[in-house]
Amino acid sequence: MQTASERLRAAFFPNLRWVLTKIERIAVPLLLVAVWEAFSRSGALPQALLPPPSAVLHALGDWMFGIDGSAQDYSGTWLRNALASTMRVAAGFAIAAALGIVLGTAIGWSRAIEATVEPTLQMLRPIPPVSWIPLAIIWFGIADRPAIFLVFLGAFFPVLMNTIHGVKAIDRNLIRAGAMMGASERQLLTDIVVPAALPSIFAGLRIAVGSAWMLTVTAEMVAVKSGVGYVLWDSYYFLRYDMVIAAMVSIGLLGFLSDYGIKLLMARVLRWQRTTVRRGA
Amino acid sequence: MAEIAIRNIVKTFTDRQRDQDVLAVDNVSLTIRDNDFVCLLGPSGCGKSTLLNMIAGFETPTSGRIEVAGQIVEKPGADRGVVFQQPTLMPWLTVAENVAFHLKLKGLGRAERRAQAQAFIDLVGLTGFEGHYPSELSGGMNQRVGIARALLMNPRVILMDEPFAALDAQTKIEMQEELVRIWERIRCTIVFVTHSVDEALVLGTRIAVMTRRPGRIREAFDFDLPRPRDVTSPAFNDAKRNVLGLIREEATRIRHAA
Ligand SMILES: Nc1ncnc2c1ncn2[C@@H]1O[C@H](COP(=O)(O)OP(=O)(O)OP(=O)(O)O)[C@@H](O)[C@H]1O
Ligand SMILES: [Mg+2]
Repeated sequence: MQTASERLRAAFFPNLRWVLTKIERIAVPLLLVAVWEAFSRSGALPQALLPPPSAVLHALGDWMFGIDGSAQDYSGTWLRNALASTMRVAAGFAIAAALGIVLGTAIGWSRAIEATVEPTLQMLRPIPPVSWIPLAIIWFGIADRPAIFLVFLGAFFPVLMNTIHGVKAIDRNLIRAGAMMGASERQLLTDIVVPAALPSIFAGLRIAVGSAWMLTVTAEMVAVKSGVGYVLWDSYYFLRYDMVIAAMVSIGLLGFLSDYGIKLLMARVLRWQRTTVRRGA
Repeated sequence: MAEIAIRNIVKTFTDRQRDQDVLAVDNVSLTIRDNDFVCLLGPSGCGKSTLLNMIAGFETPTSGRIEVAGQIVEKPGADRGVVFQQPTLMPWLTVAENVAFHLKLKGLGRAERRAQAQAFIDLVGLTGFEGHYPSELSGGMNQRVGIARALLMNPRVILMDEPFAALDAQTKIEMQEELVRIWERIRCTIVFVTHSVDEALVLGTRIAVMTRRPGRIREAFDFDLPRPRDVTSPAFNDAKRNVLGLIREEATRIRHAA
């Protein structure tokens, strides 16, 4: 039997706690935005140099929906630019993921492939992807392709390294169990090695999607005439710092959404980990 | 007919980090007949798992050879089912899919796999857990999945490496009885590794007692006490005294040599 007070607590307390945790989470960001707004309006700095959040929101709104034309040329073009950037990220990321997983599995599995291929890759890896920009432009011109190439470079190595690690870390007895049940070498790879390496591969994919956005934006600043990164850099030339910040916010949002997408996929594919994840979290 | 012939097996591991060789198994010969239930009995680290791994084809002997059904063992194969010392299940597959993994490798469809796996899941007492993942089961339950997985392949030979070590006393007794029933029914050859004298004497039709590392066969003898075996009966205790005597003799010999 529940007492009246227990019933009351049961009815209200979970909600109260839920509200409290929500407040806990958004308190700091809200405070920061408020301080920024106040500081920016105080006149300590010219407002053009640090536009208040309200101005940024205004610019972003017009950029997205073309409300009053305050974003000038960019009014209402957000979706087009966001899509352009997203396509570049998706293309470079997909190529990097496919190649990174295949090559990483091969390197992790076979000593011979490791010995012949890995030293070359390790020599290329320390070269920052952005330093490829000049070559990317002379090879691929000014359009989508240099951007996709850079995204590929940035996303490839995290996937590759994590796949190699995942494959090498497999319990030897798991391979033995597969061989005992009659698996061919190909079946060992597809049915045991790759599934066993998936947690590590996904860790690589999440790092990779971060680099992919970083490199798309960089490429768009120098080598492409569309996309969120291009808008950012162009607005800088026209002293529209509200638009610069709106572009930064957009990139953050898009990056967050793509990472969230991978997280959702991961939760589905690595469903079997759920108990361990819950315990670890 | 000799189902498994182990001929003068020597296994040395080369430890590259410490630059020294470890002699794990030293000149072991053992003949195992069709339908034997052999218990390999020996202290920890004496090379039982190593010997079993060589029969399974996971390790190659440094010298000597092993034949199973007249064929020299070169690599693992589905004719020899292995139950590992650790459960060694695919963590991303459910119980049913783990048990049916062999059928998946053979290209059978999902429904067929599921149907065939069910009988073995029931047999090891895991009915109702078909859809669970290994991380959601206890160690002993996982070990039973490993047994079901080996049985499903219907192998000529089943190699078991201390499969019941992680089980509680009651489940252990149940599983031992179940294993004997299964063995009597499907008529396969079992090599069962254990360090428990009682377990060896409850299960085996043939007991091979190994020495401390480097492992040799101290003595191998047939043991045909009728079943069900009563661990408190005089006949059982006589056998136990005999085996313990062998082990004690061995310990004294080592102490004197030292
Ligand atoms: N891969 C290896 N490399 C080097 N030494 C090894 C290796 N595997 C086993 N050994 C050595 O061989 C010896 C026998 O090992 P093994 O695992 O066969 O023992 P065991 O009889 O199964 O012991 P336990 O009952 O504890 O499982 C041990 O001394 C061990 O140190
Ligand atoms: Mg062992």
